[in-house]
Amino acid sequence: MHIPIDHILVFTSILFLIGLYGALSRRNAVGILISIEIMLNAVNVNFIAFSRSFASSPESGQIFVMFAIVLAAATAAVGLAIVLNIYRNQKTIYTDEIHLLKW
Amino acid sequence: MTLFQFLATTAFYAAMLGILIAAALCVTVRNLFHSAVFLAFTLIGIAMLYFFLQAEFIAAMQILLYVGAIMTLIVFAVMLTSRMGNPAVPQSFKNKKIVFLPLGLVGFILISAILKTPWETSEPQTAVNAVTLGKALMNQYVFPFEVVSLVLLVALIGAIVIARSE
Repeated sequence: MHIPIDHILVFTSILFLIGLYGALSRRNAVGILISIEIMLNAVNVNFIAFSRSFASSPESGQIFVMFAIVLAAATAAVGLAIVLNIYRNQKTIYTDEIHLLKW
Repeated sequence: MTLFQFLATTAFYAAMLGILIAAALCVTVRNLFHSAVFLAFTLIGIAMLYFFLQAEFIAAMQILLYVGAIMTLIVFAVMLTSRMGNPAVPQSFKNKKIVFLPLGLVGFILISAILKTPWETSEPQTAVNAVTLGKALMNQYVFPFEVVSLVLLVALIGAIVIARSE
């Protein structure tokens, strides 16, 4: 089975744009975190596709994906903890209603 | 092209289409819990793509860490803030038109760059198995590996400190 790499790259670009749309248009902070996970996954698929199609060091791409997954887990944990803390203090997680740092 | 290859290629494109549909539903539905379920479908589909691209270890990690751990975290957060996820309240901003400007710009740059580049791909490699990955992780990438484990430890302790009640 041989998939042309530009098909995979266009697919991941569209997936990244879907995630970007969600991150820009959601009001709910948890929704924004969900969209960021989609964007991170689109980038990971790119790494795997490149590691399979180019000759130099095929395991490097997979190791970078492992690091990206670990950092995504850290992002999700810290982000959701911040969201819960904001919810406890402000009683809202809608990003247009949180104006604590707005001048 | 044999029948098996044809079926595998068709399944790959079908998986890509399914992922795009699940992701589009994930960022547009009003109910945030449904959004989390569609995110789980997207992540499982991406694990399928990893299997097709012969990255079996990464596919297993994707299912264990993303579908297992991160989905649990997100569902917890959705439920703990369930009063906010009320489907009667709009979950997206009113004027979505302004979003499409940066979206179109980024999409145009990405896709035109991809289509203009002449990709000189080599033949598909032999599959990288978990043994090769482990050896590379312990030899060439041992310093980033230690740093990333430290980052994970600090992030988890920080999350506990931020989220605990007084």
